[in-house]
Amino acid sequence: MFENLSERLERSFKILKGQGTITEINVAETLKDIRRALLDADVNFKTAKTFTETVKDEALGQNVLTAVKPQQMMVKIVHDELTKLMGGSSTDINLDGKPAVILIAGLQGSGKTTFTGKLANLLKSKRSKNPLLVAGDVYRPAAINQLQVLGEQIGVPVYTEEGSKDPVKIAKDAIKQAKQNGNDLVIVDTAGRLAVDEEMMKEITAIKNAVKPHEILFVVDSMTGQDAVNTAKEFNDRLDFDGVVLTKLDGDTRGGAALSIRSVVNKPIKFVGTGEKMDALDVFHPNRMADRILGMGDIVSLVERAQEQFDAEEAQKLQKKIAKNQFSFNDFLSQIQQIKKMGSLKDLAGMIPGMGKAIKDMDFDDDAFKEVEAIIYSMTPDERENPAILNGSRRKRIAAGSGSSIQEVNRLIKQFEDTRKVMKMMGKGKNLSKMMANLPMGGR
Amino acid sequence: MGLFGSFSRDKKERLDQGLSKTKESVLKKLTRVVVGKSKVDDDVLDELEEVLITSDVGVDTTLKIIERIEKRVAKDKFINASELDKILKEEITALLAENALNSSADFEIPQQSKPYVIMVVGVNGVGKTTTIGKLAHKFKSSGKKVVLGAGDTFRAAAIDQLEIWAQRVDVPLIKQKMGSDPASVAYDALSSAKATDADVVIIDTAGRLHNKINLMNELTKIKNVMQKVVPDAPHEILLVLDGSTGQNAFEQAKQFTLATEVNALAITKLDGTAKGGVVIGVSDQFKVPVKYIGIGEGMDDLQPFNREAFVDSLFGN
Ligand SMILES: Nc1nc2c(ncn2[C@@H]2O[C@H](COP(=O)(O)OP(=O)(O)OP(=O)(O)O)[C@@H](O)[C@H]2O)c(=O)[nH]1
Ligand SMILES: Nc1nc2c(ncn2[C@@H]2O[C@H](COP(=O)(O)OP(=O)(O)O)[C@@H](O)[C@H]2O)c(=O)[nH]1
Ligand SMILES: [Mg+2]
Ligand SMILES: [Mg+2]
Repeated sequence: MFENLSERLERSFKILKGQGTITEINVAETLKDIRRALLDADVNFKTAKTFTETVKDEALGQNVLTAVKPQQMMVKIVHDELTKLMGGSSTDINLDGKPAVILIAGLQGSGKTTFTGKLANLLKSKRSKNPLLVAGDVYRPAAINQLQVLGEQIGVPVYTEEGSKDPVKIAKDAIKQAKQNGNDLVIVDTAGRLAVDEEMMKEITAIKNAVKPHEILFVVDSMTGQDAVNTAKEFNDRLDFDGVVLTKLDGDTRGGAALSIRSVVNKPIKFVGTGEKMDALDVFHPNRMADRILGMGDIVSLVERAQEQFDAEEAQKLQKKIAKNQFSFNDFLSQIQQIKKMGSLKDLAGMIPGMGKAIKDMDFDDDAFKEVEAIIYSMTPDERENPAILNGSRRKRIAAGSGSSIQEVNRLIKQFEDTRKVMKMMGKGKNLSKMMANLPMGGR
Repeated sequence: MGLFGSFSRDKKERLDQGLSKTKESVLKKLTRVVVGKSKVDDDVLDELEEVLITSDVGVDTTLKIIERIEKRVAKDKFINASELDKILKEEITALLAENALNSSADFEIPQQSKPYVIMVVGVNGVGKTTTIGKLAHKFKSSGKKVVLGAGDTFRAAAIDQLEIWAQRVDVPLIKQKMGSDPASVAYDALSSAKATDADVVIIDTAGRLHNKINLMNELTKIKNVMQKVVPDAPHEILLVLDGSTGQNAFEQAKQFTLATEVNALAITKLDGTAKGGVVIGVSDQFKVPVKYIGIGEGMDDLQPFNREAFVDSLFGN
């Protein structure tokens, strides 16, 4: 992870403290840091330049020179400017047609088909729409099947024309069918295409002209780098799209592409994708995105990440085991491993505003579990599953095998048994899943 | 001027400059400014910075490149146009790890491992499955016996997608149902490859974001299960990076390397306008060579990576 902006600013302003005054040159130093943070976050080169200029004007105008804590003031100015740039204007989608037609466009692999399914799912459940999906990607192998599988998952019909290589006709035919069947919403998935592929760009323009969509959404991968501006501009020049969808935000990308796109095409970001499953769709929060780009603490995403990592299904399995008093050393071990693999304990804590610096100097003991693990690893599979068989001679062997004392082995076994009892008791109260929510697991 | 100069120049002047500039002219401009000087000055560095940053090379790697150039220029003094061009490219090329096998040129596979097992990993949508289809085609064309394993049992129709590729290039596919255990699919594929005396087996995996612990653990498991059939498998763990990815590629490389010991990179979608410059820093930092580049969606659109050609393309020629 890159060093975040607040840390960087703290450093550069330390120099200032000794001098007592802030000169233009000092501000320039800070602006360099801001610019660097933006570039690390994949904000486009030119966008980052212009943006820093704006911040500079803003900062000087607001008399930063006499501010008590100039670094905080700067962070706030940057943050507010970012939020302003990415927010604004209404971001709802236009569902006014009969049927309303939504066209999905974007590069290969950006997440169009998945988003098509998610959007239908959302509008069906939240706005009582009756959608029809259109399989307009006639090129990628099994692209049609993919949409069909998703349609089935969410209980939404999918219009396909097997063997056809004419997405314009498919889209037109689909709308006809929607009218006949009373679908009030048609979402057209299309093949991924590069902005430089003239033939394919003509094709999507032709689809647009043929179906006159009420809403065109441009889907972009949030991990995209500097090229985001070229692509967004080219698609916008051709399609004059209405909004942007940012996918794969469940990753750890800073997502500076959001800012670049916004600044070159000036279209709102309407949705964000936060997972592979059909319900992993969220509306866009400019404020959270600003935090994210700057790498500043973001409690909201901290909470979300913790939830994300929690796999309900697995927890349930575990709960059953506990209820039957079958929680074993293997389960124990895998819990430890999950916690360890989080590895990013430091990272996670770093997401809490103000913690970043405190934590940097703290020594997180990665070896905290080492001894416990060594002991468990020295048990046979049988012993791990049925701790009851751990008699004196077995314990002795384990102690020797793991290089610990017999007391340590005894202590762990005792601890384990106590935990098991407590867990069993709690398991009855059904509060376990809540308790377990604090343990990282991980899913899609 | 960025990271190296001060912010003194006037905004408008810079904007004008930006508008009149084309990629092709960058090298010329660089040379014009530098010829006859013993030190690369701020103007040159600004130009270079823009080229590199807009190609996704990233700030750290850009600084590293500039440092190297400054050292060279200070040592060699009075360099002329073609020399600067050469030095610049040499220094960047040197950051890209050399392919140890040095055999990717003709899609060779090492003789001593049979079957040669390739496991393909990466985040969602980068081009793993397509790259596998293309690789299968290359290997098959060079007379190798290929087996594919449909290890993406999660994404909708991922198995069908690979199946179509298998038919296209006419190689056998080992698969199970959607939702089945990918490690078990890998096991089957390796067993089948062994039984049929295949030369190479390529295992697809579901796209996964590198910050999802359980999904990364799953990769480790697949890898371990493979070793029950072929003890030294997988011989190649190919991390596929999308050429349009920005600085997040570092984190991808880091986490996938931790989970699976990635030893080769493929970089896809270079037929677009993205330059894929992030791979320079990634290759340098993790000492993993780039083996292949993807330049389209067809089965012939895969090329062995050529360091010089790649660096040339950064400068638009
Ligand atoms: N233009 C271009 N498109 C590519 C290239 N490689 C793959 N694609 C396209 O990118 C999209 C995603 O490719 P896939 O091979 O499905 O990617 P994947 O990594 O297997 O995706 P998941 O399994 O869904 O994570 C498809 O539309 C491919 O046709 C390339 O080199 N150039
Ligand atoms: N983690 C994650 N994966 C996503 C998201 N949206 C799409 N994907 C995955 O990205 C890959 C490409 O998506 P797909 O919808 O096929 O992209 P298309 O080629 O643009 O239609 C698939 O593996 C999807 O499961 C998201 O928001 N988060
Ligand atoms: Mg698709
Ligand atoms: Mg795939």
